[in-house]
Order: sequence, then structure tokens, then C-alpha cells
Amino acid sequence: MFDTLSAILEALPYLLEGALVTVGIVIGAMGIGLIIGIHMAVGQVYGNRTVRWAVGFYVWFFRGVPVLVLLFLFYFGLFALMGLNLSAFAASTLVLGMTTAAYQSQIFRGAMLSLPRGQFQAARALGMSDLTAIISIILPQALRFSIPGWSNEYSIILKDSALAFVLGTSEIMARSHFVASRTYHHLPLYITAGCLYFILTWLGIRALLKLEEKVRIPGYAR
Amino acid sequence: MLAKEAMTMTQEKPILRVENISKTLGGKEILNSVSLSLNKGELKVLIGPSGAGKSTLLQCINFLLPPDSGRVWLDGVEIQNRRKRDLYAFRQQVGMIFQDFNLFDHLNALDNVSIALRKVKKMRRPEARDRAMAELERVGLGDKIDLYPAELSGGQKQRVSIARALAMDPKIMLLDEPTSALDPELIGEVLSVIHDLAHGGMTMLLATHQIAFTRSLANEVIFLENGIILEQGTPAELLSPNACTRSRDFCSRLDDLYKEKA
Amino acid sequence: METTFFTTQLIPALNRGLVMSIKLIIPSGMFGLVLGIVIGTLRTFGPSAIRKAANGYAAVFRGTPLLVQLFILYFGLPNLGIYLDAYAASVTGFILCSSAYHSEYIRGGLLSIKKGQLLAAESMGFSTFKTMFHIIVPQAIRKALPGCSNEIIYLIKYSSLAYIITCIELTGEGKIIATRTFRYTEVFLFLGFYYLVLVTMASFMLQKIEQKYKIPGFGKA
Repeated sequence: MFDTLSAILEALPYLLEGALVTVGIVIGAMGIGLIIGIHMAVGQVYGNRTVRWAVGFYVWFFRGVPVLVLLFLFYFGLFALMGLNLSAFAASTLVLGMTTAAYQSQIFRGAMLSLPRGQFQAARALGMSDLTAIISIILPQALRFSIPGWSNEYSIILKDSALAFVLGTSEIMARSHFVASRTYHHLPLYITAGCLYFILTWLGIRALLKLEEKVRIPGYAR
Repeated sequence: MLAKEAMTMTQEKPILRVENISKTLGGKEILNSVSLSLNKGELKVLIGPSGAGKSTLLQCINFLLPPDSGRVWLDGVEIQNRRKRDLYAFRQQVGMIFQDFNLFDHLNALDNVSIALRKVKKMRRPEARDRAMAELERVGLGDKIDLYPAELSGGQKQRVSIARALAMDPKIMLLDEPTSALDPELIGEVLSVIHDLAHGGMTMLLATHQIAFTRSLANEVIFLENGIILEQGTPAELLSPNACTRSRDFCSRLDDLYKEKA
Repeated sequence: METTFFTTQLIPALNRGLVMSIKLIIPSGMFGLVLGIVIGTLRTFGPSAIRKAANGYAAVFRGTPLLVQLFILYFGLPNLGIYLDAYAASVTGFILCSSAYHSEYIRGGLLSIKKGQLLAAESMGFSTFKTMFHIIVPQAIRKALPGCSNEIIYLIKYSSLAYIITCIELTGEGKIIATRTFRYTEVFLFLGFYYLVLVTMASFMLQKIEQKYKIPGFGKA
């Protein structure tokens, strides 16, 4: 018992450093996903047929292939083929970012489609270009409505980031596995890892709830 | 009150007798020792402001809300609500109509009417179907049996729910403001079904705000306020233009309200 | 690109892996759904202590990565003297995890059924059990169906994690061949294609099921 406890305590600073790496992957991936996702959503809602088809294909591909296979495909295959020499950390972040982009685009698309059509027409009637109308009228509302879906996506990507371990990224999972296989305290270490993920999930969701409240439009119930 | 009770006792045994029902919800007294009885074929109407306890009373009578105290007799037999089997048997004999219909959203009109026949009364499928069909025809919906609740108008939904209750061969029906959730133009079709039931001899206890309907059909009006029966008598006694009763005040205010609306 | 590599090496290996993947997915999907319905019902209607426990279960399994759960089952439990082989640990992990997600959808479905229908059923003499069985659950399952379908799709993809705890299925076979032949891009693209077919077929079938049980106007509000 005491043995176990001291093993956990000894490993904790090392694991917490891993938590920072995990947070880095998640923030990076969510950011990449946000940027690509918004563009794809706008393209899918307002774009021409080619754009819509291309986005549809991207979404179908990234939602249909397991994250694990995507990590292997890009890290060992495509990135090298493109002449990119990325670290495991960068590669995991990028692949997770591209994956969540597919899901995020669908969250934004749903939010954009839920806005009454009249607003877009009203903006054009005021002389705005389509692009201005999208940027200054549609997106500010759609992004607000997307926060609950985004928070869900955060918790999924946080959990998926554990897979970065298979590429050798030194995050929570990799570190707990490393310590566990040396000390043979497998169970306590993985439970500790689980707790770290649980705390990170909880913290992130709380922060996003706060954000949702902060940017809420008065009287706008949904 | 006492004289009246004595009279009904001598006449015949009431089909439903309710004694001293009290109910407190969330620390608030909703019903305070309410008693009433109905003879076979009678239509009694509960009136009173909203929040008077009409709904609570109706739900207490068939123990959808267990009363804190009080006793209920159906056909001279006291209901022992502690025994589940007896309670289920009792409820089969008491039809209940709700303000917001409460149809089963996943079943079409026919199955809404027949499901209790099959699952509670253990009737075979073809027989249950025939019976449900007959009841739907009786309420004028013979051509709507395949439609789902979401495809029916409010008036049609309420008529399905009446058919659903009738199919169980109830000895008595409790109707909780059956027209309150309906658009004005749909009220008539539901009232006419209730009218036909009354003429067919169905025993009914009806909570409603439809005063004209009450005047023309009710055997007795029961005025409930703050969980107490304030007045009780024939429509002529309570609602005639020169009666000095709380019921008349309340109804004339209601009438004004509806005139303003119309 | 010569085709013999595909026909003599890759495809036979992937097909072998596919059989293993299906052996993982089908029992996990079935028992995961059943357990999810039980847990979702307990979370909604159970007595307070059981409700809390079931809520805790769902929170833990939804709040931690599946990989951690698999590592606990496969590498962790031996610390307690419990030994599961890779296949058993994978299936157990998949069932526990996906039941937690299913329970969430079932619970949402159950909560969305209007309380008046309970009253109406009881007023006709339905017992509590019959009300649940004939009125509430059939509606809740319909409402939960899109979410549960989604969860099954997730399960198909996340069954690839079994490979990390040495249960060699589709991804495992692919990884072995890729590492041996250094043909990463071809192998993993081909592997991805296998999953795309699986996922597309499964979504098509699930959509058919949803359509079959669809009711006009139901579930909009």
C-alpha cells in the first residue's frame, strides 16, 4: 500500500509534465481544427459544387478512418512523402487537428444552417458583400451556438490525444506506461493517468461553459 | 349537504363515492376533505378558478396522485390502493381524459386505443382491433385510424383519447378540462362527443370552464375553491341569473372573459 | 506498383485481421448496447443510491480515454491477480466504455418522454412495469437510436485500439506488414479503405433501421 503510494508520488511530477504535453497537443489540435473547420463549413454551406464535394469527401474520409490509422498513415507515410520531417509531437497535433476539423466543420455547419435565412438577405440588402455578411453577421452567431458541440469535441480530442503515445510522443499515457513497465505498479499508474484525464476533461468543459455564458447574447434562448 | 347525502343514500347506491379526500403538495394544501358522489348516468361538473384543486381531485380519485387521506368506493366496493393488483383493476373501470390528451406518441390512433385492451385486458389482437375500430368510429374518426398523434389536430387527438378510455368499458369517466388546450374552433367537436356520451347514460365527472355546456347538460354543479367545495347544486340553483351564489359570480366573470376574447 | 504484393501479402493479412475485428466488434456492440440500456434506465428511474453509482460509472468511462481503460484491464489487473488475455480485455473494455456512452443517449430518450403518457397509461390500469415496457422504452429507444448508431460507428473505429494491447486485428495486421515492407503509405491507405467500407456499410444499415422504425412527426419537439 505504502509502496504503491510512494510510487505514484514519485512519478507524479513526471506525469504532470506529460499532462502539459497533452494539453499542448489538445490546444494545438483544437486550434487547427477551428481554423480548417470554419473554412470547410463556410465552403460547404455557401460554396459551389466542387467545394461542397471536396469538403464532403474530406469529412467522409476523416470520420470513417480510425484516428490510430490516420496517425500511422500520416506520420510514417504521407508526411515523409511530402518531405516533411515532423517530430512525433507535431505530427500527432497536426493529425488530430485535421481529424477534429472534419467534426468541427459539421458542428459549425449545423449552427449556420440553424440561423434564420432572413438575416443573410437583410445583410445583403444593406449592401454587404456575401463575404462580409458571413464574417460579420453569420459567423458571430454560429460560433456562439457551436460552443456546446465544441466542448464535446474537446473532450473527444483530449481522450484521442492518448493515442499520440503510439508515435512516441511523451504525453501522459506514454509516461505512465514507461514508469509502469519499470516499477510494475501498472494498476496505480494507469489509474493516476485516468484521473489526470478526468481532471483535464472537467476543467476544459467548465472553462467552455464559462465562455458560453460570457458571450451569451441577452434574450437569445436556444 | 347532509340532507342531500341522506337522500341519495335512500334513492340508490352511488356508483362512485369519494369521502374526505385531502392532499398536500409541496407544503401547500390543495384539497381539504372533499367528498362527493355520483349515481349511475349522472353528469356532474366541477367548476372553479384555476388552482382550485380540480385536477388534483380528479387525479386523487383514481390514485394517480395518492391522497394523503380519504376513501373511495366504486360500485359499493372500497378501493384498497395499497394492493397494486386491485388498484390496476380499479383504474381499468375508471376512464380518464386529460387536458393535453397524453396520447402515446409512438402509436397510431388505432394502436393508441387498442394497446391497453391487448396488454392490460389481454384481449386478442383481432378482437382488440375491432373494438378499437368501433370506438374510433363512435367518436367520428373511423377514417383516421392509421394516423399518428403528430398528424392529428388537437380536437382529433382528444377524441382519440376519449375512444381510448371508452374501449376499456369504464363504469365512470373523469374528464380534466378536455377542451382547455384546444383552439376555439375545435372545442365543438369534442363537446359534441361528450354530449353524446351523456345522452347515452355514461356517468361522468367533468372539470370544465364551458359554462353554457354545463348549464344545458349537468345534473349538478360543484364549485371548488381553495381545495374546498363551496357550493353544490343543480345548474338552475347555482347559475340562474338571479341566484346569489359564488358560482354565478365566477361564471359570469368567465362569460365576460370569453365575450371579450370573441 | 506490382500487384502481387497486394494479392499475396496485404489482402490476405488484412482479411485475417478483418475477421478478428468483426469478432471484437459484434459482441462488444451487442452487449454494450444492452448494458447501456440497463445503465441508462437505472440512471433515470433507479433508486437514489443506484442512480448515483450508475451516473458515476458513466462519468468515469466517458471522462477517461479508452486506451487507459484497456491498459488498466490488460496491464493493470494482473497486479490484483486477475489475468485477461488480449481479446477478453479488449472486448470487456469496449463493452464497458460504449455502454457508458449508450446510457447517455438512452437516458436522454427516457427523460424526453412526456410525463403525461405515464399518467395516461396508469389511468388505464397499466402496471409500472408494463408502462415502462410498452409505452416508455419503445419511445426512448427510438429517440436514442441516432445517438446509439453513432456510438456503434465509433466502436468500429476504436476497435483498432485492441492492437495496442496486442490483440492483432485489422490495424495490427496492417501495421505488421507496413513495418516489415516499409510500404507505409500504400498499406495504411488500404487499411483506411477497409475501415471506410466497414463504417459506410454500418451507417447505411443503421440508417435503414432508423427509417424502418420511423414514425411520422415523432421526435421533432
